[in-house]
Parts: sequence; structure tokens; C-alpha cells
Amino acid sequence: MNSLHKKSFFGQIDWWTICLWFMLCMIGWFNIHAAVYDPDQASLFNLNTNYGKQSIFIGTALIIGFSILIIEANFFISSAPFVYFIVTLLLIAVLVVGRNVGGNQAWIPLGSFRLQPSEFGKLATCLLLAFYLSNQITKNPNLKTLFFGSLIVLFPVMLVMLQPDTGSALAFFALIFVFYREGYVGTQVLVIGGLAIILFLLALLFNQWILIGVLAAIAGLFMYLLRRKRKNLINIAILFLASSTYILCVDFAYDNILQTHQRNRIDIILGKIDDPRGQGYNLNQSMIAIGSGQLFGKGYLQGTQTKYNFVPEQSTDFIFCTVGEEWGFVGCVVLISVYIALLMRLVHIAERQRSAFGRIYGYGVVSIIFFHFFINIGMTIGIVPVIGIPLPFISYGGSSLWSFTILLFILLKFDSSRKGLSNM
Amino acid sequence: MNNSFFTRKYIIQGIFLTTAILIVIRLFYIQIIDDSYILSANNNVLRKVIVYPARGAILDRNGEILVQNEPIYDLLVTPREAKDIDTLLLCELIGIDKKGYIQRIEKAKAHSPYRASQFEKQLSSTTYARLQEHLYKFRGFYVQNRTVRSYPDSIAAQFLGYIQEVNQRDIERSEGFYRPGDYIGATGVERAYEDLLRGKRGIRNQMVDALNRPQGSFMDGKYDTLAVTGDGMVSSLDKDLQILAERLMKNKLGSVVAIEPSTGEILTMVSSPTYDPNLMVGRDLGNNYMDLLNNENKPMFIRPIQASYPPGSIFKVVAALTAQQAGMIDAQTRFTCSGGYRYGGGRGLMRCTGVHGTIDLARSIQVSCNPYYANVFARMIDSRGMSGPQAYDLWREALMKFGLGNTLGIDLPGEKPGLVPTSNYYTKIYGSSKWRSSFNISLSIGQGELGITPLQMANITAIVANRGFYYRPHLIKGIGDKQIVKPEFTEKISAGVDAKYYEPVIEGMSRVVNQGGSGRAVAIPGIEMCGKTGTVQNPHGENHAVFFAFAPRENPKIAIAVFVENAGYGGTWAAPIASMLVEKYIRDTISLPKYLQDRIYNGDLRPKPKKPVAPANTALNKPVDSKKQKPEQAALLVHHSQRPRRS
Repeated sequence: MNSLHKKSFFGQIDWWTICLWFMLCMIGWFNIHAAVYDPDQASLFNLNTNYGKQSIFIGTALIIGFSILIIEANFFISSAPFVYFIVTLLLIAVLVVGRNVGGNQAWIPLGSFRLQPSEFGKLATCLLLAFYLSNQITKNPNLKTLFFGSLIVLFPVMLVMLQPDTGSALAFFALIFVFYREGYVGTQVLVIGGLAIILFLLALLFNQWILIGVLAAIAGLFMYLLRRKRKNLINIAILFLASSTYILCVDFAYDNILQTHQRNRIDIILGKIDDPRGQGYNLNQSMIAIGSGQLFGKGYLQGTQTKYNFVPEQSTDFIFCTVGEEWGFVGCVVLISVYIALLMRLVHIAERQRSAFGRIYGYGVVSIIFFHFFINIGMTIGIVPVIGIPLPFISYGGSSLWSFTILLFILLKFDSSRKGLSNM
Repeated sequence: MNNSFFTRKYIIQGIFLTTAILIVIRLFYIQIIDDSYILSANNNVLRKVIVYPARGAILDRNGEILVQNEPIYDLLVTPREAKDIDTLLLCELIGIDKKGYIQRIEKAKAHSPYRASQFEKQLSSTTYARLQEHLYKFRGFYVQNRTVRSYPDSIAAQFLGYIQEVNQRDIERSEGFYRPGDYIGATGVERAYEDLLRGKRGIRNQMVDALNRPQGSFMDGKYDTLAVTGDGMVSSLDKDLQILAERLMKNKLGSVVAIEPSTGEILTMVSSPTYDPNLMVGRDLGNNYMDLLNNENKPMFIRPIQASYPPGSIFKVVAALTAQQAGMIDAQTRFTCSGGYRYGGGRGLMRCTGVHGTIDLARSIQVSCNPYYANVFARMIDSRGMSGPQAYDLWREALMKFGLGNTLGIDLPGEKPGLVPTSNYYTKIYGSSKWRSSFNISLSIGQGELGITPLQMANITAIVANRGFYYRPHLIKGIGDKQIVKPEFTEKISAGVDAKYYEPVIEGMSRVVNQGGSGRAVAIPGIEMCGKTGTVQNPHGENHAVFFAFAPRENPKIAIAVFVENAGYGGTWAAPIASMLVEKYIRDTISLPKYLQDRIYNGDLRPKPKKPVAPANTALNKPVDSKKQKPEQAALLVHHSQRPRRS
């Protein structure tokens, strides 16, 4: 089925993406430098500091990336199950031999560095999901394929939850975009999903009976406006009943299923907890850092929030604070634009793949990067509860940078050799 | 190729864009619209550290230091940050116990868990040096330095005053100028010149990190304000003279006030018993203050300006002057002394110290003849062609021009006016306005209801020395770099008696010291000192001795009043003290025989401890407070004054 045409592939490589990737790495590196800046150790390449190490990570990532471009694309397809198997083993291993950092048993120590298998779990899952779905591509989307596809995703989710690293586990759910794109779930699922999230938050904010009353009024209004079609009336009634039941369930689930710190994080976003020195400290300081950046920021290395350690985890999860504080609104918009450009480009790349594998994998990459981008930035500005996941290519950390780079460059590899990969 | 869902890429891209726009809107709101974050960021990182100015120093008239500043260190704590403290070590370093530690922390917490409050005040430099080595171990603790007062010679305590932490009332009255923990002048010059001495506080914008550790100044100090040191003061006091005077008054109760007549500058002022002003500094201020307050000899009582006594015979000087000005007598007026003065139709007898025969004015001063002044007083009240009360009020007006019966306006808080009763007072007592000199004849010799402070006594001498005028006595002769003198202290005030009337009085005063008067033992070779002794009747114990003098007779340099409680006869204690001080000031030597000097230095005239049966509050030596003086007591004084006296 796959016929390979040998070609010089450098001409085929999507340099736009590589440029955007490199820009993000550099933005990350400068901001890590600012975040941990210490005037006594001003050298940019001091290997004892995070930015010194990050420069090594970036260099290594470059080597890894271009190595991937040299490897045959088919290798990634055929090794997908094997990679998934290895990563699964690592995810189990980390539960046994892993080092516990900050309550999560997520790292395997390797010499002076630490490996975070969950970062590679996303890569393995994307590969295997693409492998499986592309093999089922001749059939119409069906529940059986959806079921096994979901299993591929949920198995690592379960292992990551055992660490327990809720943030990383949540990232896997972004793969819903893949199922959506391939037609396994309909638009109504996205709508209902979105509605569920909105109702969840509203149910926590307002008295559930008032909420149901308001919903009843809205439903009544729609039923009146759409009274001509009987089918609409029934749909609206069902939707209303489902929503009401859901709302009643939310309180129960919220109180009995979520852990205390998770409840607190949600409550802080909702403004139900006002505790800027306790539970809300991270978020409060993070918003102060970003908010105080104003239009043009305080300037490189001038951020007082960052420099004097008010913001926690400022070179990893809260790196966006440094951007916001030192580069201001303008800097933030530039960074977000780079991300959106990358995401749009990746969607474009995914769509132009001739192989289903390449397309499905491409959407996997896009989904994962988008989820990290939205959740990470959203949490620093208080529109998403605090979930500890890195900002792709920017946050400090080898595992994160390498896994995202591998994720991205495999897609680029498929893209560069897309003309050699036949449609499946 | 099953790619029938390709249009869904637009929905996915739409979701990405919507999300990005949502984030940008949120960023726009918190970064550009909402200003509170920049404030919070500044609050996070900025600590407004108050820079306390040094209080102005106080020098004596020769530029010697009376009050200076010494650095001390306050230990502050922010309770919320004080975690994992090695309490034992901290307690040991600053010398408190575990219980004290907990108490202090609780107190600080009650004030505010997030803000720094005082943990321990005024650590000495040595304690600080020890603490500083370990300070990094105590998170949430830091040290703020300021200065406290220090008095190198431990003199003039009551006049220099002390500073203390502001109380709630001070804060309210200052309308927010003072804050808890600030210091304010409590008494003396410190209080009188508080506004000038305190200087201006500065504010340093210190940046701190998340652990509240200092990280340098904000914007390179662009918004900092400098502390401005308080104005320095030059006191009129003469340090050496003050030291000598305090030494002479040791173990005696009373006052010394010396004034430079030509300026009103107070050269020395003693309120005995005094105390070491350094006691009112530092952590023990509270305890020391209570000790002083409870001391039976009342060191906190500023005798020269707050105690008023009947002046005794020194009052004859004023009586002679006012009578001359009123035209009732002149230098040649003679009265005959037969050893006493009969009044009230012969029922009353005021006895004299001797039989002086027929004498003139100068001699009457020299021998301190009581009948002479009884006669003078009789003329002043009875022979002016008006009713007794009217004549009395005229006389009272003349007395008030001498600064009696009112405050002189010295630059010290708490000055008392003394007492010269009005005619109404007597009319009330006698039940009728038809009273004559014989009713209150004891006033003629400075007894009775009169109450005069030692400062007023010294001021009278200054008036005599100046032949008719005075400047308000004051302690600060120069403020700040420009040595400004307050205008009220350069105003020449007339005592209302023409210069020519002073000569016979001065002649008499000169003879007191130099020609066999009551002060003859204290004459200073080569310096013509003019003085007058007095003995003040004390119904509660030994009489009080008083001596006032000025010298030299021409171009007087010093006018002095010495008042020694319970010293008996004025010539024995008060006069030698005055003489030594005058000579010391004018010639910087003392020619009084050594044995006499030693007698003064070693004399102990403090009242014996009271018997247990005596009521606790009848302080034997309690000076007669004019305001509390009751009529019965006044009457008692009249009665006693009829005993023979020599002064």
C-alpha cells in the first residue's frame, strides 16, 4: 500500500512551522532567563541555572528534531504500537521507582536529569490512535472503533491519574478533537460538552433551583419561538430535563468526587474563595504579575514580581507571568499570535496530508498543543482553575520540550514526505 | 479516502481563534483596564521604610554637649512570616524568656499578622551586634535603627526633659503626624521645642522579595524622601556651672536659678533632688519613671518653676522699690526700730532680729529690719488717701510688674504663676472691705499668703541688677543653624520702678555681703556681690533658707537665687552656695575656705524619713503650693511670722 519515492526532503520541509517552533523556544529561553535572573550569575550559559540547562535542552531538541526528519516516515507508523508499549511500561515504572516531586510521582531520575513519562505518553497515544484509526478508515465511523480508540486514550490517562497528575491526564482529553474531525463524535457532542462545562460552573455559582428556573424560562421562550415544529419542542424539552438533572448531579459530584484542593482551585476561579495568601496565592500573584505589566511591560529583567519570587513555579508552569509582566499586553498578544499561527499552520498541514495516519496524527498534535496553550495561559490569568501543565516549547524542562518537539517533528516528517505516502 | 468531515477543520480553527480572543480580552482587561494589579505589584514589592531623623542636639552656651543622640535598634517582627524560629536562641540574644517571647508575638499578632510591629525596643549596640550575626535565622524579624537621647554629664534633667513613646492622645492631637512607636518630647525643652527638635521623617521605598528580604531601593530612590535632622539648640545653660550647682545642691532639697541679667538667659538651674536624665532613656524608662514618681522627695517636681514659697526677707527689696516708686518713701526715709513693731492698736507685735534704732533705707536692707518694712507697708496701704483694698491693689499691680503672681513665660512647660492674692481675697477672709495694713502686715516682710517661685526670685535679682527691667528668663538662646532667638526673649520688660530708686537698695544689698550684713561670710574678694538673705517660715519643719544676689555691682554678669528647703537660717546654706556659683561663673575659681566648701558639699538637709504613724502624704518638705494653700495655713504663717527673726 505504501510506496516510497526517494526524494530530497529538505525542500519539502515546512519551514514556517520550524520558524514558529524556534521562535517559541527562544521566547521561552529568554523568559526563563528573566524568571530566574540573578545578577550575581549573569552569564547566559551558566549550566547551574535553569536557562543554562534550557539552552542545552533546546540544542538537544534541535538535534532530536532533525534526526526525526532523517528517519523514514514509515518507521513511526510501524513502531507506533511498540512506542505505546514502551511508554506504558515507563508509566507503570514511574509508579514504582519514580521520584515524588510536589505530591506527584511523575519523574524517573536519570543522572542529573529527570524523565517525565507522562509527557511522552501523549506522543505514544497520538501515534497509536493514528495507527488504529487510520487502519479503520475504510469503514464508516462506528461505535466499536470509537470504543477501542477511546481505550487507547483512556489507558494512559488512568496510569497518569495514579501518579496522580490530573493536569497531564486532562491533556489527553483534548484528543476529542481528533475523534470529532474523523467523524466519530458529532458537533452536538462539542456543543453539549461546552454546555456541560458552562452549566457545571453556573451550578457551583448559583443556587441550583434558581438556575433550573432560569433554564425553564429560556426553554419556554425557545419553545414559543419554535412552536411550529413539534420536533423542536421535544428536543428542547429533553435538553431542559437533561440539564436540570445534570445541575442536580453537579453539586453531589462536586462535593463527593473532587478532592479538596481541586475544589478550592475551582472555587478560586469562581470567586467563591477569596484567600489571596492561602489557596489563591499562586493565582493572585500570577495575575498581579501579568496585570502589572500593562501595555508595554516593565522591560526585560525588570519584573519585580518575577525577580523577587512572588510568582511560584515561574520558570515552568507560570512562565507566562514573566511574559505578561516584562513584555506587557503587546508581548502577550505577540506570543498568542505565534501560537495561533502555529496551530493554524498545523491544522493546515494535517489537512494536506494524503495519508489518514498523517492527518489523524496531525490533529492529535494540534489538540495536545492547543490544550496546553489554553489551559496554561488560562490558569495564569484566572479563567481556568490552576492545573499544573507546561506551556509548550516555552516552559522550562527537558521532558516537556523534547516530547513536544518530537510530537511536532514527526508531523513535519510526515508532511515532508507526504507525497511519498499514499492515501490509505 | 474517507474525508467527508473536512469542513470540521473550520469549526476546530474557530474554537482555537475564539479561545485566543477570549484570552486576549481577558489580558486586555487585567493589563490595561484594571489598574489594581500595578498597585498590588507595588505593594508586594515596596516597603515604605520610615527613616527617623536624628533629633536636634542641645548644646550649652559654650558649645558643650548637653544632649546628644545615640543609635539604638528596635527589633521588629511580622508575625505571619515568623516561622520556624529558634526561640531559645533569640530569647538568649536579646535577654528575654520564652514567656516574654510568646507575649510579644501575641501582642504583635493582635496589632497585625501581616505588618511589622515592634517586638523589642531599643536594643543597645552591643545586643544588636550579637543579634545581627544570627538575624538571618529569624525569618520575619528585622531591625530598624533610630536614635535615642544621651546625656554625657547627666545634668539638668528636669529642664532638658525627656522623650517618650507617643500615647493615644498625642497621636490624636497631632492629627496623624505621630504614629504608634514614635517619640515625642514629654517634658522640659524636649517638649517646649518638640516641633523644631523632632526634625522631618523621611521615607525610603525599599523593595523586598517574596520572603520579605530587602532587595535594594525602588527606582533608585526616585521617590524616597530624606530625613531632615531636627534643629540643634543652644542652651543658655553653662555646663560647668550647672555641674557645680548640682553638686552643691546634692542631698538638699531646693532650687538654684542663675540668670544673665543683660539677656534673661538662664545660666544654671537646679531642681533638687534631681535625677540622672539617662534613666529616662531606653527599655527601663517605665520602671525608672515610676520610681522617680514615687520618690518622696519628688524629683519630678520642677521646683524652680513649680514650687512657690513665701519669699521671706528678700521680699524687702521689692517692698523698698515699690514704695519708693509710689512716693511713700525715699532713700532718706527713716523709721525707728525698737526691736519690734506694734500694730492693730498695740494688740499685735512683729518682732525684729535686733534693736536697730533709727535707720534709713539702705541700712534697713543691710540689717533686714522688720519694723522698717512694717512701717513702709503701713504707709503703702494706709496713707495713700484711698481705702485699704484700693491701695493694696495698686501695690499688687506694682508687684506683678516684677513678674510676681504670674508666669514669666520661660520656655519650659509647667511653669506656675505663684501667688499674690487680690484685695478681694482679703476682703472675703476679713468679712469686710474695711481692712488696713495691720490685717495683713506680714506681707510686708514677705510672709503670709505670698507665693513666689525660685525663678521669680532670680528674676527679681535680675531686675535689680539691671536697675529696672528684665528679659523673660529662657533656656534656649539659639535655634538651628542661624541661632535664632525667639522674639519674646529679646523684649525688654520694665518692672515699673525708675532706675534711680535702685541705688539705695543695691547699696543695702552690697552691705549685706560686704559690710557685715547677714551674708558677710560669703563676700568674694575683688567682686562686689550684692545680695540679700531670707529665711522662710516653714510650719512643717526647719525653716527654708533663701539667698539672692547679683554681681558685680556694676555691669552685673549674674543674678542668682538659691533656695534650700529646711536649711534653717539663710546665711548658712543658701548664701555660700550662691557665692561659690557667682565666683565660679565670673572668675572660674572659688575662694571660699575649703572647710566651708566641704560643709556644703557634704551637707545632708533632706528630711528624715517619716515616722510610720505619720500620714503618708504630709511630705515634710512639700513646698507650699500656692494654689493649694488654704486660708488656715496662711493664717498660721502670719502667726508664726511674729516670732523674732534675724534675717
